[in-house]
Amino acid sequence: MKTSYKKISEKLIESLLFVSSMVTSLTVILIVIFLFKEGLSVFNETPVEAGNVIAVNKKNPLSSLSSEQIKNIFDQKITHWNEVAGSKDSILLFRLEDISNYYTDEQIGENFEHLPECISKVVDSIPGILAFFPEKYLSKNFHGKKIEFNKIALKEFFLGKEWFPTAQPAAQLGVLPLILGTLWVSFGAILLALPLGLAAAIYMSEIAKPKVRNVMKPLIELLAGIPSVVYGFFGLVVIVPLIQKLFDLPVGETGLAGSIVLGIMALPTIITISEDAMRNTPRAMKEASLALGASKWQTIYKIVIPYSISGITAGAILGIGRAIGETMAVLMVTGNAAVIPHSILEPMRTIPATIAAELGEAPDGGLHFKALFALGCILFIITLCINLIVEYVSGRKTHKAH
Amino acid sequence: MQKLESRHINVHYGTTQALKDINIGIDANTVTALIGPSGCGKSTYLRLFNRMNDLIDGIKIEGQIFVDGKDIYEKGTNVDSLRKNTGMVFQKPNPFPKTIFENVAYGLRVNGITDQKFIEERVETSIQQVVLWDEVKDKLKKSAFELSGGQQQRLCIARALAIQPSIILMDEPTSALDPISTAKIEELIHELKTKYTIVIVTHNMQQAARVSDHTAFFYLGELVEFGITKEIFTNPKREKTQNYITGRFG
Amino acid sequence: MKTINENKLAISKRRSQNIAFFLLGFLGYFIVAILLVILSFIVIKGFSVISWDFITKMPEEGMTKGGIYPAIIGTLYLVAGSMLFAFPIGVLAAIYMNEYVKDGFVKKFIKQMTNNLSGIPSIVFGLFGMSLFVNKLGFGDSILAGSLTLGLLVLPIVIRTTEEALKAVEDTFRQASLGLGASKWQTTRRVVLPIAFPNIITGLILSVGRVSGETAPILFTVAAYFLPKLPTSIFDQAMALPYHLYVISTSGTNIEESRPIAYGTALVLVLIVLITNLLANALRKFFGKKVKMN
Repeated sequence: MKTSYKKISEKLIESLLFVSSMVTSLTVILIVIFLFKEGLSVFNETPVEAGNVIAVNKKNPLSSLSSEQIKNIFDQKITHWNEVAGSKDSILLFRLEDISNYYTDEQIGENFEHLPECISKVVDSIPGILAFFPEKYLSKNFHGKKIEFNKIALKEFFLGKEWFPTAQPAAQLGVLPLILGTLWVSFGAILLALPLGLAAAIYMSEIAKPKVRNVMKPLIELLAGIPSVVYGFFGLVVIVPLIQKLFDLPVGETGLAGSIVLGIMALPTIITISEDAMRNTPRAMKEASLALGASKWQTIYKIVIPYSISGITAGAILGIGRAIGETMAVLMVTGNAAVIPHSILEPMRTIPATIAAELGEAPDGGLHFKALFALGCILFIITLCINLIVEYVSGRKTHKAH
Repeated sequence: MQKLESRHINVHYGTTQALKDINIGIDANTVTALIGPSGCGKSTYLRLFNRMNDLIDGIKIEGQIFVDGKDIYEKGTNVDSLRKNTGMVFQKPNPFPKTIFENVAYGLRVNGITDQKFIEERVETSIQQVVLWDEVKDKLKKSAFELSGGQQQRLCIARALAIQPSIILMDEPTSALDPISTAKIEELIHELKTKYTIVIVTHNMQQAARVSDHTAFFYLGELVEFGITKEIFTNPKREKTQNYITGRFG
Repeated sequence: MKTINENKLAISKRRSQNIAFFLLGFLGYFIVAILLVILSFIVIKGFSVISWDFITKMPEEGMTKGGIYPAIIGTLYLVAGSMLFAFPIGVLAAIYMNEYVKDGFVKKFIKQMTNNLSGIPSIVFGLFGMSLFVNKLGFGDSILAGSLTLGLLVLPIVIRTTEEALKAVEDTFRQASLGLGASKWQTTRRVVLPIAFPNIITGLILSVGRVSGETAPILFTVAAYFLPKLPTSIFDQAMALPYHLYVISTSGTNIEESRPIAYGTALVLVLIVLITNLLANALRKFFGKKVKMN
């Protein structure tokens, strides 16, 4: 009786433990589901917000427009229909408020009850018209032609050069500037942090006396513990003004400021991982080198570094990963201009900073909201790939040692 | 003049004394075995001859070590060239994470030799000296880790020979190897004796008896007995030595 | 190649070594210098701001005056909430991984997933927390939603530190207990956990340091720009220290005038990290000795 009770409770406890251990896996799966469900649905959307209509004269052979074309038309960069495979007329833009140019308030009616009819007539009478108005004013027997919008295409999304999700009438969802911004800032960071971090790792693991190392190590751990928002703040009040002065720029909030702050933040990762790898170099291997008459420095760069190269690589890649995913510090110092960068001294905007800056203003479930989740998906995939690469790289080392 | 000589050597690690007043003279072109139980100081003693102990924190070395009549612990000694003149072979095979060729060439390269043809010749002769050439001549560009344990250890000996030392220090060179590989290395030691002065630390009594001309027995940091190997093994003067070589302790 | 250039070679080797070591040492100390500059900058600028009033008073005049009391309280709630969630689950999961499950697919899978989770950027946690806790489960912007999001974020850290603590317990203890007829759970609870306890607590403290500084995950799950009163339930929004620092340094009504408050807030955040780090180190030392003595 007693033993069976004990057995059952043992089983119960084990299942409780199992359930707890599944929480992380479940979370990853849920993150994937929530992120991708919302993020991928962006490709089922048209760039024009639901509830709006774009229409042309029914004689116009045009049948569909891309968001870039719509934008260019409204920016009057495209002024003639034949530029977008339409009729031979030049384009005349018509927005809802333009109706007063054609009809008086009386004709439209006190409660806009005749408005749909009026719009229909305008569209019918002008061959080159492009009308943009709310769907609720679409007349039942509309005389124009409603334009079908292309759904947002993968290519358009990734290669689009403009990120302007709140643009009217068609949102511009090109993530290229954000991806480039992220890459510029992150690679700038690693360019600064890698030599510094490697030097510190070599110094700590091979050269410094144990006493010095015992002071440096906890300090570097501390560097890892400081919240990113504090780094961002430091960057904002110290590094940004410094850069502005140094390079004589209109604003100091630049990609370089982001790179410097991120570089400092990536240092602990790079140092800790590559130092660990170097300290794993077998003592006998170093001694063999010294016994052949090599100097300590020759031993370091000819034996220790090649031996620990996979660990060093893993540290560097992980450092890049941290930099790519970092949000707050970058948001605070890079200036957040969503344009394709040409120099590290320009304001830039990264993917995580975009999400942080815009999600608060994007209405739930709207196009903008979904686009931000799609950015989250991109970030998720990048960091997952980085994780896998790191595992592959550091897994290779154990293989080689045998 | 003896090839190697130690006079009144005392070594301390922190507060513990690892070697107590060791005096030994070693002739050129002989094999000397250092035996004794673990922790007796024989490895520490071996590593004095190429100043490998310098790397250990908190070590204190007193006395003199003469190599070719020069005190190597004197100030101003060129440690790199001392080590270049002394090949060392370790307990476990420890090839570098490089190709077979580069492993043997390493000692030449770090000592400033850049003549590729010269290096190639020296690598080949060194590998031939350890009777490994036929086994590796077709895979010189492959990683040294691909060799078997015994091959790796012979490669490590070739690596030591490539810089043409006059002394070879071996720290239990066969302790990680199978009997066949061990036999090959012991045979090699026999052949190398004609050109080099060899000091070998070993746990293996039979090995000491087989390969060495002289044997030094260490116990708790003291040199208990030093003499011709045959005599040590057949007619030890001290009881401690007798006990050890007959396997009563250690 | 013989004795003639032996000395020359030694000199050139020595020289390149000296140059290299000098450079490496210089760069190593340079990093320490960067850290000290950041720390001392924030300490010096923030020190004059911090006072009893600063940490116990509400913000005043558009957050340019007064204290940061509600942000401190909010962060305390979030730390407590996330730890209440992540600590038990993390410890139980680590026990399962280290004491129960055998090597194989399940273990590998869980390990991989935990690893993946720890690599996900914090802003993605923010997105996820918002869509699951705030929207789907209907918690709204609340301490509950924020705590759960932060809890998931630190879960891998809690699991890893606990696993390390359990691994450090020698197997002989387990075998001795099992040999006396104790069950697996009895062994774990009465023998393994008490020995590993100090290290598990150390991990907990370090996670507290991490959670209190995270901003991105709470942006859309709990954080409020300004609240006139303290939260009264777990379904209320709350202010939090890192978010407070972010808003008053970038988007406040009067950025220049609220600078001192920002310095003070930054110092409080740094102090939290310093204290948790020191506490963790001290615990490690203190218990480290005690365990050995027993």
